[in-house]
Amino acid sequence: MWAQLSTHLQYWFIAILLLLGLYGILNKQNLMKKLMAMNIMQVAVIIFFLTLGQKAGGTPPVLIKGVEGAEAYVNPLPHALMLTAVVVSLSTTGVALALLVRIYRHYGDLEEPDVLRRLGK
Amino acid sequence: MPDFVLDYRPLWAVLITLVAAGLILVTGRWPNLREAVTGAAALGKFAIVVSMLPAVLSGQVLETVPLNLVSGLTLHLRVDPFGLLFALVASGLWMVTSMYSVGYMRTLGYGHQTGYFASFAVCLSATMGIAFAANLITFVIFYEILTIATYPLVIHMRTPEAISGGRKYLAYTLIAGQFLVVAVIWTHLIAPGAGFQPGGFLAGKASAAVLQVLFFFFIVGTGVKAAIMPLHGWLPTAMVAPTPVSALLHAVAVVKAGAFGVIRVVGYVYGPQLLGDIGLGTVLAWLAGFTIIVASVLALAEGNLKRRLAFSTVGQLSYVVLGGALGHPVALLGGIFHIVAHAFMKITLFFCAGAIYATTHKEKVSEMDGLGRQMPVTMGAFTLGSIGIVGGPLIVGFVSKWHLLVGAAKGGQEVFILVLAASALLTTGYFFPVVYRAYFGQPEEGGRVREAVPFLLIPLGVTALLSVVLGVFSNIGLNFFQLATMAATSIVSGGVGPAGGIQ
Amino acid sequence: MTEHTPALIVLVPLVSALLLPILALVSKVLARGWTLVALLGTHAGSVSTLIYVLANGRWHYYLGGWAPPWGIEYVLDPLGAGMATLVSFLALLVAFYSGPYLKDAAPLKTGSFYALFLLVTAGLLGMVVTGDVFNLFVFLEISALATYGLVAMGGHRATVAAFRYLIVGTIGATFYLLGIGYLYAVTGTLNMADLAERIMPLLNSQAVVVAVALILAGFGIKMALFPLHGWLPDTYAYAPAPVTTFISAVMGKVAIYVLYRVFYFILGGTGPVLPALTVLGWAGAVGILAGSLMAIAQRDFWRMLAYSSIAQMGYIAVGLSLGNMMGITGALLHILNHAVVKGGLFMVAGGVFWRTGIRDIPSFIQMSRRMPMSMAVFVAAALSMIGIPPTVGFFSKWYLVLASIEASAWPFVIVIVVSSLLNAVYFFRIIENSYLRFRTAEEDEVAVGGTELPATMLVPMVVLGVAVFMLGVLSGEVVTNIISFALPWGTQ
Repeated sequence: MWAQLSTHLQYWFIAILLLLGLYGILNKQNLMKKLMAMNIMQVAVIIFFLTLGQKAGGTPPVLIKGVEGAEAYVNPLPHALMLTAVVVSLSTTGVALALLVRIYRHYGDLEEPDVLRRLGK
Repeated sequence: MPDFVLDYRPLWAVLITLVAAGLILVTGRWPNLREAVTGAAALGKFAIVVSMLPAVLSGQVLETVPLNLVSGLTLHLRVDPFGLLFALVASGLWMVTSMYSVGYMRTLGYGHQTGYFASFAVCLSATMGIAFAANLITFVIFYEILTIATYPLVIHMRTPEAISGGRKYLAYTLIAGQFLVVAVIWTHLIAPGAGFQPGGFLAGKASAAVLQVLFFFFIVGTGVKAAIMPLHGWLPTAMVAPTPVSALLHAVAVVKAGAFGVIRVVGYVYGPQLLGDIGLGTVLAWLAGFTIIVASVLALAEGNLKRRLAFSTVGQLSYVVLGGALGHPVALLGGIFHIVAHAFMKITLFFCAGAIYATTHKEKVSEMDGLGRQMPVTMGAFTLGSIGIVGGPLIVGFVSKWHLLVGAAKGGQEVFILVLAASALLTTGYFFPVVYRAYFGQPEEGGRVREAVPFLLIPLGVTALLSVVLGVFSNIGLNFFQLATMAATSIVSGGVGPAGGIQ
Repeated sequence: MTEHTPALIVLVPLVSALLLPILALVSKVLARGWTLVALLGTHAGSVSTLIYVLANGRWHYYLGGWAPPWGIEYVLDPLGAGMATLVSFLALLVAFYSGPYLKDAAPLKTGSFYALFLLVTAGLLGMVVTGDVFNLFVFLEISALATYGLVAMGGHRATVAAFRYLIVGTIGATFYLLGIGYLYAVTGTLNMADLAERIMPLLNSQAVVVAVALILAGFGIKMALFPLHGWLPDTYAYAPAPVTTFISAVMGKVAIYVLYRVFYFILGGTGPVLPALTVLGWAGAVGILAGSLMAIAQRDFWRMLAYSSIAQMGYIAVGLSLGNMMGITGALLHILNHAVVKGGLFMVAGGVFWRTGIRDIPSFIQMSRRMPMSMAVFVAAALSMIGIPPTVGFFSKWYLVLASIEASAWPFVIVIVVSSLLNAVYFFRIIENSYLRFRTAEEDEVAVGGTELPATMLVPMVVLGVAVFMLGVLSGEVVTNIISFALPWGTQ
């Protein structure tokens, strides 16, 4: 049990973070909070990927003289991938914020029930 | 072995009216030109169909090259005696109906005539496709096209009554279409290709239970158009359509496509032998007998002339089904020949009803008093048609009914003789009052002769005359009797049989 | 140049998109012309690629010359190239169609519309040509982000719909990303071909099971698989007509293409994929019925079509889930069918709304008089939805029923058959209204005249209307010459 936790604890945290994000999206009524929850969810996945590339005692993947072999370095690929994912996440947030501004200007409010009520009219 | 010959005439017979439908839509602004297109297409189609007659009579089977549509299943047209029989009747009567349509639509000044004639042309294409289908998928494709192409004709009047009639029609036929599609696909899985074969091809391909369920699907699929009870509900409501539609489609093309389908399934998919083995021939026969009696009783109660004719159609169609179900060759011959016989007689009756309506705006039986003196030709034709439907000798209906009776007797199913006799009595019961009122009732406004216009009168005169001619010389002209004989022989003997009588 | 066609298919719309806002400031006509030329080029490229791969087999293209598994690889097989052809063809038609819509728009709005439109196209094309699962995620997000922007162009209601779509869509994409994270964790590769090889011994590991579940959930959302369809009706109903047309015609199709690609080509259609397919099939079957029933309940024409889309995606899901040759053939043919048909239907809906402002069904009275060509296209498309021969809808339904009977999946047979009839109910309601009902005299005064649409809108519609019949008659050719090569057990 403890051995399991010591090697897998970070995954549990990631799972909690992910579910927290999902919970926020489903449960919060404020559209801005929904967006923040969505970001939390994305961050959870990003950390998940980064954790995959991590290894104990690994050094950043910049070639150091005298240190040969892949074992000594952290896997750079997940980092590269997540760089892209961060950009994607950022753009999504940007688009979402732009939409929120427009929603706020028109409805004067970001509470979902209010917005939906006025949407029907 | 029959002689298979490559020939594209069946394809042309289907396509000519499709092209005509396009031309009709284009020439819609010039009614005379439009009607000329209809007339030319009708003549052309009939000429193409007739031109295939000698080859078929000599025992050849004409085929087109199959067009691959769906994995293993192909669009394939083939002219065998049974298909040619149906095609001859439909295309021949379409010529007459086209003439009648022009007179009827113009006398009553109906709108949407371009759509009307175009839909009519598409219906005829679909009917040819059904007649010449060589396998089940070709059949089902044209069957569905016919369903949709008839819809604009049913709702032609655009009245709320017509719209609800159209809904009912679609509900019945589309649901049936789904059953048929499932049945065809299933058959295709059991026996790949599913090409029609005289005497059937399903024997031994699946367990009796599967074949029974499959047969149920087939009968629902084809039985709705053939108006087998209790699947007949759409037909009387569809009588809101203009009379030429009722005449050709609801007495010849559409409902006969259903009856034709039943015979195709019985004779060319299952075969009488297999049907008897799995115990369904008798069931189907009882269903047909039930329909014959009940429809005739319902016709008695119907006051509207066209609806009375519709119920009569429901009953008469089941004669065809009965012929197929009894399984005896002579009964089969009678059933198949009844497709011809009923077509000529019923179209005459509908023409008369339409002529009466167009001329006097009367459509109830109770209003027909004294019409026999006002419209002697029309009522004369009506009387001939009625006697024919009852089964009076020297009219074409007698020929088919006689063979059905003989077939029932020879097949040892004497109970159906009673059914046929009872039906004849009931038929007299619902036609006699019309004729009686027409000749012996007192007209409201004197006995002035107000006969229908020639465009209406000539067609109904021609069909009435033909009913009598065919009653006396049943094989004259287009060799209907011989074709029916060849079809029945081939079903029983399991091959496209040679020309010759059935003993 | 020709050896770079796979990259150009994606790059041409992508680069053009970046130029468009500037071009539009110079001249709206120039922007429109540029868009059409770019899409025409893309389509020509897709078609030539399709012809090439049908003749010569799979085409591997290494982006930047880096060989996989280190570099990103574009793989064009008949499936990918066929999807690219479909997507680029509809993009071209919709871009052509959207001209009158933007006649009065400001130059910048026109420019951004076309730019976003090209971005969506580029993203979708990238998804179908890429041979790398992470690259696929990036293209997914490119198309999705551009779509959110396009949807929001439909006004303030559309903005709310776009935001909700964004949240839900991002959840879907995140699930997918997490799913490929698990696949990467067990195999250490992201290249599809490499992945397919390495995953075989690991198929039943828990990580793969989780990955399959996450990918199914992710793309289930994207394709609006029942019950993950909640975002769809509002989005379709409020977005501008060209946008709705395009996303309804191809976006869901590309999503289900990804599921097909991952489940059958990468994971081999076995192991944990089987329960996932079962879920997919039943969700699809329930979706068919629920979508059709909801469509009947709608008064708004656009919403009706939106719910009908949910039902139609169910057909494709059912076909894929059956897993036999006929089922997948039917699913692929139905992708084609539904793209053409729903594209045409939304073009008609959009055209009617644009011309008359009408979108609720009872107001369609006598529409056939006012817009005869548009309504004729509507009838053609409706017949295909119901599955009447000789339209292509009949043949896709045929394959699906055939596959269901072959697999003894009787519930699916019943669902497909019943749904055809439900389709008939809601489509004939409109046909009755527009062809058969007459207005009363007073209604007649209220009704604006309204005549047929301009040719720029009519031509794409009619092309799709004719395609419904052409594809039906030639469905045998399409299946033997293209679709049969796009099956997982393809000849190559």
